[in-house]
Amino acid sequence: MEMTPALKRQVRVTVNSQPYEGAVEPRTTLVDFLRGGLGLTGTHVGCEHGVCGACTVLMNGQAVRSCIMLALQADGAELMTVEGLSQGGDMHPLQQAFIECHGLQCGFCTPGFLMSVYELLQHDADPDDDAVKDALGGNICRCTGYQQIVDSVRLAVSKLRDAAAVEAPGGAS
Amino acid sequence: MKPASFEYYDPTTVDQAVALLREQADAKLLAGGQSLVPLLNMRLARPAVIVDLNRVEGLDYIRRTNGHLAIGAMTRQRAIERSELVANAQPLLHAATRMIAHPQIRNRGTIGGSLAHADPAAEYPAVALALDAELVAVGPNGERAIKAEDLFVTYLTTALEPADVLTEVRVPVLPERTGWSFQEVSRRHGDFALAGVAATLTLGSRGECAGARIALFGVAPTPVRARAAEEALAGEAPSDALFERAAQRASDGLDETLSDVHATAEFRRHLAQVLTRRALTEAAARAQAAR
Repeated sequence: MEMTPALKRQVRVTVNSQPYEGAVEPRTTLVDFLRGGLGLTGTHVGCEHGVCGACTVLMNGQAVRSCIMLALQADGAELMTVEGLSQGGDMHPLQQAFIECHGLQCGFCTPGFLMSVYELLQHDADPDDDAVKDALGGNICRCTGYQQIVDSVRLAVSKLRDAAAVEAPGGAS
Repeated sequence: MKPASFEYYDPTTVDQAVALLREQADAKLLAGGQSLVPLLNMRLARPAVIVDLNRVEGLDYIRRTNGHLAIGAMTRQRAIERSELVANAQPLLHAATRMIAHPQIRNRGTIGGSLAHADPAAEYPAVALALDAELVAVGPNGERAIKAEDLFVTYLTTALEPADVLTEVRVPVLPERTGWSFQEVSRRHGDFALAGVAATLTLGSRGECAGARIALFGVAPTPVRARAAEEALAGEAPSDALFERAAQRASDGLDETLSDVHATAEFRRHLAQVLTRRALTEAAARAQAAR
């Protein structure tokens, strides 16, 4: 079979409010572009076929699996990765809750869990356990047994509510 | 693994996409990519050319017109899940959508992609069959309509021609006096179903079973109607005994039942019967409540 040299194309994205640009082969997945192209290695590559959820990032506000998207498909999009959670060196309340509730052990799956939970809490500020489990059904963790992750989300909800109360009026995001 | 090299086109109109499919040998359409990109990553699919539909305008909508919902082929499953219009007008479609994989997958996956991919264990093909949906495809000779009944040929194979682009799915709204049910068994929530049933049951003016459509999935190379079970219901008064009798016919004619590491053919046929009974019971209760 004759192999035609794949032409690289330019991708422009906003990641965690910063503009980035890079040239990619069409076959480059979004997660490989984030990690290899942009050096944002917080997003992890697990199964590479959309099953484990470790590579979950937000694209235009929606949680997506970056291992089964092409980088070219994100051209022009606003992305958010796990690196975008902490502000000025301070852990996001969601991350702090995962630490306090032992919502992680080895941490490989954690970036994906955090981004899936982040999306959930954008739509539902106080999800019940069923809603949490439904939102996290597509993220696999082999360490925690999941209960501590659900506990972490519970704690994050109360931390975010407290933070919003302190910062009100004006409202925290 | 990583995909093999391919050429990539991202047209902005359906006509451009059709032209690309005509011009390029070994081209594959990319919709939501939640099945295709895994296949590319594992190199089970190695198309020379990818034609990406994600920048095509005007394929993302849900409208109600003349007794059916018209849904653009690139409408994301998440949009269907969140649509009140769908929840009210076609609750079976709505309920089935929530069973598709996980929210992160549904954020990308599309209704057209799911139907064109035609996985025998997927939800939408069975729903389209149960609801007598019609698909609109645009090809080199213009637009044509394909009944869901005629779409599914065999494993991952449809009646769509190589240069066809699926553009719209037309799903009849739920008729009066009609109940519905969607049942599936999978090892974990979000996994592909070992077996499943999408069913509607319409009651007549005397409360009898006036019409039923039962579509099984996960049991054969394509979603299939359980016609023997449907016929067993015709004109009969709904009862547990009737539904049990009809359900026993649900696996009639399933001579190519899937059998693999996940479940044997025998188990899948058993599930088809059990799930049909549950589906008919639930659909009848909903139909009676709707009278």
